[in-house]
Amino acid sequence: MKGNANRLVLALAFAAAPTLVHAHPQIGEATGFLTGFLHPLTGLDHIIAMVAVGLWGAQLGAPAIWMLPVTFPMVMAFGGFLGLVGVPVPFVEIGIALSGVLLGAAVMTESRPPLIVAGALIAVFAICHGHAHGAELPPGTSGLTYSIGFVVATGLLHACGIGIGTVHRWSYGRLALRALGGLISVGGVFFLSQAFA
Amino acid sequence: MTRPAGSVWRAGTIGLALALAPRAASAHLVETGLGPIYDGVAHFALSPEDYVPIAGAALLAGLRGKDHARLAVLILPLAWLVGGALGGLPGAPGLAVPLWLPFLAVGILVATDLQLPTAATGVLVGALGFILGYPNGLAIAQYGQGLRGVIGSTAAIFVLVTLVAALAAGTTVAWVRIAWRVLGSWIAASGLLLLGWALRAR
Repeated sequence: MKGNANRLVLALAFAAAPTLVHAHPQIGEATGFLTGFLHPLTGLDHIIAMVAVGLWGAQLGAPAIWMLPVTFPMVMAFGGFLGLVGVPVPFVEIGIALSGVLLGAAVMTESRPPLIVAGALIAVFAICHGHAHGAELPPGTSGLTYSIGFVVATGLLHACGIGIGTVHRWSYGRLALRALGGLISVGGVFFLSQAFA
Repeated sequence: MTRPAGSVWRAGTIGLALALAPRAASAHLVETGLGPIYDGVAHFALSPEDYVPIAGAALLAGLRGKDHARLAVLILPLAWLVGGALGGLPGAPGLAVPLWLPFLAVGILVATDLQLPTAATGVLVGALGFILGYPNGLAIAQYGQGLRGVIGSTAAIFVLVTLVAALAAGTTVAWVRIAWRVLGSWIAASGLLLLGWALRAR
């Protein structure tokens, strides 16, 4: 019964949602959201770091688990803002690769630094990711819906990380999380080697 | 009162589905073929620059409690209606509201869960309704839909504000409340990026 209700709500939501009207193109609003949404999902370096933030937050528990997802999008957007207005941030690519290495290592070792240290570390990486990715608006797309899509996708990646991180409550889950952290760290090393190549 | 988790999931499902669905936008007013009232509803429903900050303001009021939520349900649509009606008057001067401003202001207030007095919530949602409603009234009048178009969009706003504010005001589960704040941070982040776009365009 409940499943039917959920399916009905989903069907109604899609039925009510307007589709593209090609007769009157609206200058990239429709493509803007999807382009922005897909942008963070098409860069593995971005994905592993965002998921690692969620995983680490889940390991750290409250208040980090709720503080990080609230603050990260805004700090990341600040990085994007700096990129948009032309403020250079040095070593952005290295910073992005390092985010995978260090956040993965933090998950792998279940590191528990003071909240302010964890927050500062993540803020630096958020600025690097935002600076690199937030300013890449393809021609013909809407800045409004692109921005919304970009932020939503990044937030959902965090949510994935936090969701996966809930296995932390079980002993085998803790082990799996640490292994995943190790994998992320290895991925970060690969991207770091690419950044220096 | 504890809100059943199913309601929250259903609301989330609707929101996500609508967010992911491709949509046309507001540069041209929508003609539904059903008359100006429905055109006004459709115009609002297809304008993320309007419905995102307004949903955010409803969220803000709901998070502050039922008194704030009731005030927002009354004042926000009313302010939109007044703004839209004034904007639709012949010879009404233009009013350019930076796109990023409502996003950033509302988003930050929601994300920080700022403790506002009831009167401040009323002033805030009233100002937001007016500054967003006025240019919409101007645009609707240019397309000859007049006050009926504004009334249609006001009705849509009333429904949106009522649903969102009620949902937020009924939230007692801690993580759901945090999820609302995360939504606020997404709105603020979008506003910050929009500010960047605006500055870069100059």
